Amino acid sequence: MRNEFAPGGIARRGMLRAALRLAGGVALLGAALRVAAADATEIHVDNFKFAPTPLTVPKGATVTWINRDDIPHSIVCQALGFHSKPLDTDASVSLRFDQPGKYDYICGLHPFMRGQVIVQG
Amino acid sequence: MRDGDSTARLGRRGVLECMTWAGTAMVWTLVGGVPRARLLGSAAAATADFSFVQVSDSHLGFDRPANPDPTATFGAALKAVTEVPGQPRFLIHTGDITHLSKPGQFDLAAQLLTTTKLRIYTVPGEHDVLEDDGKSWMNRYGGQEGAKGDGWYSFNAGGVHFIGLVNVMNLSGNGLGALGNDQLEWLEQDVASLTASTPVVVFAHVPLWTVYADWGWGTADGAQALTYLKRFGSVTVLNGHIHQVMQKVEGHVAFHTARSTAFPQPVPGTTKGPGPMAVPAGQLRSYLGIARVSVVASNAPLAIVDTPLMG
Repeated sequence: MRNEFAPGGIARRGMLRAALRLAGGVALLGAALRVAAADATEIHVDNFKFAPTPLTVPKGATVTWINRDDIPHSIVCQALGFHSKPLDTDASVSLRFDQPGKYDYICGLHPFMRGQVIVQG
Repeated sequence: MRDGDSTARLGRRGVLECMTWAGTAMVWTLVGGVPRARLLGSAAAATADFSFVQVSDSHLGFDRPANPDPTATFGAALKAVTEVPGQPRFLIHTGDITHLSKPGQFDLAAQLLTTTKLRIYTVPGEHDVLEDDGKSWMNRYGGQEGAKGDGWYSFNAGGVHFIGLVNVMNLSGNGLGALGNDQLEWLEQDVASLTASTPVVVFAHVPLWTVYADWGWGTADGAQALTYLKRFGSVTVLNGHIHQVMQKVEGHVAFHTARSTAFPQPVPGTTKGPGPMAVPAGQLRSYLGIARVSVVASNAPLAIVDTPLMG
């Protein structure tokens, strides 16, 4: 991007490149939305927060937590007796939810971080 | 020097004096909330007396942009330890020796700590007990003489009673550190036979006072522990965990948190979360550092000198 805004850099070729990138971005966004609608089972940890939360999934879904922080986090769901290993940056852990209900979970290392998975029947 | 309490007074038994070499190389000091510049001389004069060094939060194994090489900065901190004036009697590491509790990270830390030739006292941080119920930490550091429970202990040196507390094994529901009833009962007994004039130094990883509850920066039952220490004329509480210097004086109790040797964390509430703070290139070492604590004759104060690795 920096090149395109350098003096003389906003040439026709630069604009074309930018337009192509924008179009590509929209296409990717569309793909992401389709995935989200069909199978929204990822929870990200960013800046000591879980998102999305609450997350609603169908019975039998597998939920995956991915740590995007520079600090390890762990997932603790007392109702299921689940206590993950600490997740370093970009590490993930998955858990399958077979019974409908509302499942609260926390980060075992930073218990002020809270989230919820809602499993539909 | 945040939260400096202006009600503190130099008492008969001496209170805390704090000095910080800030990143700008400016020397400033705090006595009863009033900054004084010339206390550098007092600290220098105290070098003949009993002193020890505090390091904290070395996080060996961390490799993110906030500090890709915490081994180098820990090494630099320990080199600074060997260069402090006088002869420190021992070194206290207030926890988070490692980032992920890996045996290799503990081994590397032990190897580096050996270079100081000082006896090491430590208490675990939550990063030291991430795996296997903390066995990696317990096997290495849980065997201090008289250690109980999860590894808490006390000892006497230089006329001071030292107490190492463990507040990371069972974080409380609201995210704060916790000591638990067993440890509180032990603490009450441990200090019961001491005279009130005995200086007491307490060290633990998570601050015993509430720095910022929203980020879990406090100890849920820390206030209960402090009730057992109220009758003492001089109590100094040394903590780590928050990767920045903060101090507060309440009555005869002086609270102090140390810098990390690995990476800084933001001032509470200034960012969305407490994650590692990236600072401009070349400035990292002015955010990292060590603390040296001097215990001087009964009429003189305990002095804590925080020294950044650079600046």
